[in-house]
Parts: sequence; structure tokens; C-alpha cells
Amino acid sequence: MIYHIFAVLWKQLKDTLKNKAILIQFIMFPGLTIVMEKAVEIPGMQEHFFANLFAVMYVGMAPLTAMSTIIAEEKEKNTLRVLQMCNVNAFEYLVGNAIYILAICMLGSSVIGLVGGYRGKELLVFMLIMLVGHIISTLAGGAIGVWSSNQMTATSMTVPLMLVFSFLPMLAFFNENIAKVAKFFYSGQLYSMVNSLSAFEVRTETVLILGGNLLVIAICFALAYQKAFEKR
Amino acid sequence: MQAAIELKHISHSFKDKEVLKDIQLEVKKGEIFGLLGPSGAGKTTLINIITGQLSATKGDCFLEGTDSRKLTGEQYRRIGVMMDHFGLYERMSCFDNLKFYEMIDGKGTGEIAQVLKRVGLADAGRKSVSKLSKGMRNRLSFARAILRSPDILFLDEPTSGLDPVTTEEIHRMILAEKEKGTTIFLTTHNMHEAAKLCDNIALLNEGEIVEYGNPEALCRKYNKIQKFRLHLKNGEEMELRQENAQIEMLAAYLRNGEVETLHTSEPDLESIFMELTGGTLNQ
Repeated sequence: MIYHIFAVLWKQLKDTLKNKAILIQFIMFPGLTIVMEKAVEIPGMQEHFFANLFAVMYVGMAPLTAMSTIIAEEKEKNTLRVLQMCNVNAFEYLVGNAIYILAICMLGSSVIGLVGGYRGKELLVFMLIMLVGHIISTLAGGAIGVWSSNQMTATSMTVPLMLVFSFLPMLAFFNENIAKVAKFFYSGQLYSMVNSLSAFEVRTETVLILGGNLLVIAICFALAYQKAFEKR
Repeated sequence: MQAAIELKHISHSFKDKEVLKDIQLEVKKGEIFGLLGPSGAGKTTLINIITGQLSATKGDCFLEGTDSRKLTGEQYRRIGVMMDHFGLYERMSCFDNLKFYEMIDGKGTGEIAQVLKRVGLADAGRKSVSKLSKGMRNRLSFARAILRSPDILFLDEPTSGLDPVTTEEIHRMILAEKEKGTTIFLTTHNMHEAAKLCDNIALLNEGEIVEYGNPEALCRKYNKIQKFRLHLKNGEEMELRQENAQIEMLAAYLRNGEVETLHTSEPDLESIFMELTGGTLNQ
């Protein structure tokens, strides 16, 4: 089992280095954070503004897109069938991919955190918040990838979700009505959390919303998983 | 001796459409078995059932005595499958594609370079799969199937759409695997391929096996009207039947030294299939 997961990890590492569509998802927001944090300075601008903004956009976009695209491509090209013939089960395959995506995204998040100026305990909390977000997004991406039969279907399902998860917290910044809706999404809660890192506290509302989001996505994932892997 | 593959009353339906009807087959260890039939006859469905990718609606299938629905990881390791729709990782090199499957087994055999050489891809090891021709991809798929030195090799239309030279190379590789004692289950709609490679064949039409046997024996069996094909020294070509008057003619040509070449004319698998089903293999 361990070497099945390790093999999937190795394959993703080899493959992603040549897959520009996925690679760009991983480096775009850390890159943008470096550029914006270093180049733009607006008087009165909130501290860590770009880092916080791009961190949440990174959470809503990179793991979701990467996971759904990778799985959908494997299904479309029928390489997933070969893996099943090699006795790699669905759980090993999904765990292998999830570990890989989480590892890369956490690396990207650490760049965002460091460039944003977080250090010590603040950085640790920032990374923990990012980890929670990446796990939920990866699961959502997994659900889409497993549900879709090809990349086109996966993209058409991923894009609207990605826009909601990534941009709603930013739009909420400008509009109160949007803010009322955005807070019910995990990315909205994450944005609030990273914006109050210096006085960080875990609120019941946050836990309930994050748990609720996780539960809904986990149910979607379970249904998709059952449809795709259990049915022969 | 236990059969390598045994199918007992296999039937399969997709929704209301029955695609396989009461298939009974036995493939002996070490033989090349060919399943011949036109597109849509049910060949790939049958491979999917035998390899445990699909559960038959009715009947049982055994691979070296084990129910194909209950194959373990170790048993899967002893099976090699080459199917047209089984993809390769396009962005990865030929070498890495094989290395990945070796890693899944958790043991490095160190035979990747050897296998690539055997299939004629030694120089393309570092090349991305996306840059390979269809023939090279087929050879890489074949390499992946034989990498684990399988006991049973399933080849689904291994030469479909390939040029004659690559087809010949694939045939050579299949025969080399047979030499090693591998049981080979081959599907094809190419009668020449089946006649050349297979020890036994089954003709599959609309989900039913309409004939089974050794290709040569089948041709002899259906050779009801024996014919001779002559090429005379004056350039004339003719076909004579085994009837008294025409045998006299043949004898006369031979006596007068007018015959340049003389061949018996048995039916081939295509004509047998046509006789049995009214259709052709290349539909």
C-alpha cells in the first residue's frame, strides 16, 4: 500500500514538472504575492493585504483545479484503468494525489506567509489555517475529478466553484451584502481568520461553518467516489 | 493440466442488449489463443470480464483456477494487459512510464532498459510519449504489458492501424513471449495475424462463438470443394476444381510441362467466417 501511494506521488512529481496548466496554478499566487508585496505600497493599506488576499485565492483555486484536472485527465486517458489493473485501489490513488497537492500547496503557502511578513507563532497559525483550507479544497477537487468523465466536464464544474471560493472573500471586502453570503463559505471564514492573525481566536461560528463545508464536500466526494469506483 | 483461462457459460448484457451469449472456452497454458471477430462482436468485453474489470451478468471465468472476480494483487502481477484504450502518461518519458509501473510493484527489476531494447525503443527511452508515433506507442504498451514477465498476456488488437513493418515487429515480439512459455490471449479482426500466430482460435460473432479450433485444421475442415490454382508458362492463370474432367485437364497440363506454379486453394479464416455468419471480419 505504501509503495502504491509513493509511486503515485513520484508519478505526479515527474508529470507536473511538464504540465504547465497545473504548474501555473501552484506558482501563480505565491509569485503574485512576491511581486505585489514588494512592488505596491499604498498609504493606509491594511498590513499583509496582498498576502492575505492571495492566500485565500490560492486556497480556493490551486488544490481544487489541480486535483480535479489530474483525476479527470487520468479518467479521460484511461490510465486510471491501468492503475486499477495494477491493483492500485481508489483510496491509495486519491491519497497519493492529495498528499502531493497538499505538500506543494503548503510550500506555496509558506512562500506567501513569509513574503507577507508572518514570522514565528503567526506564521504557524497562518500555515495551519492554510492547511485546513487546502484540505477542504483538495477534497472538493477530488469530488469533481472523480465525478467527471473527462477534463472538459471537470473544467466546467471547477471554474464556477473556483470563482465562488476564490473571489467571494475579496468581493466581500467591497460589498456588505456579498460579505453576508461569503461568510458561509470556508474561504470566507479563512479570509476572516488570516485577517485577524494577531488576535487569533477560534470562534464557534467559524468551527461550525468550516465543519459544515467539510461535511457537505465530503458527502459529495463519497457520492462521486461510489459512482465512479465502486460501480462495475 | 489446469487451463490458463476457463470460461463457463459467460453471458453479459449492457442494459437490455446482450453482448455475450453463453461463451464456453478453454485456453491452454503456453498457447497463443486468438479471438477473432468484427468490431462490436464483444471481444474487448470478454477481455474485460476475464481480467476482472467487468463482472459477467451470468457464468464464471477462471484465471489459472481463480475466479476472475476474486483476483488478488499477486495474481494481477502475473497478468499483462495491452489494450488500445489503455493510456500512457503522455508527458512522461518511455523510461519513466515503465519505471512507474515497476514502482507500483515495490521492486526495481532493473529490466526497463532491457525491455525497451526488446521492443525496439532503446533509443527512445528519454523521449516523451507525446512525441512517439502510433507504432512506437503500441510497442511501449507492449513493453508495459511484458515488464512484469507475466504468465498470461492479454493483447487487444495489438496491431490495429499499424503499418506492415511495425506489425511484423509486434508479431515477432508476441512469438518471443510464447517461446518463454507465456499464455497469450489475442483479439484481432485480422485473419492473417490469427492464422500466423495462433495455436487455436475462436470466431466470435454478435456475442456468440461460431467456431473454434486450430486455424489450419479449420481451413481443412471447411475445404469442401478442393481447388487448384495454376499459373501456366504462357502467362495464363486458372482455377481447377477436384472433379474428374478438370483433374484430367490438370494432368494434361502437367504432362505437357505447361505448368509454372501449382497451388492448392483452401479456404481462409475470412471465408470460413463469411460462410458461418454471412458477414466479414473487417466490418
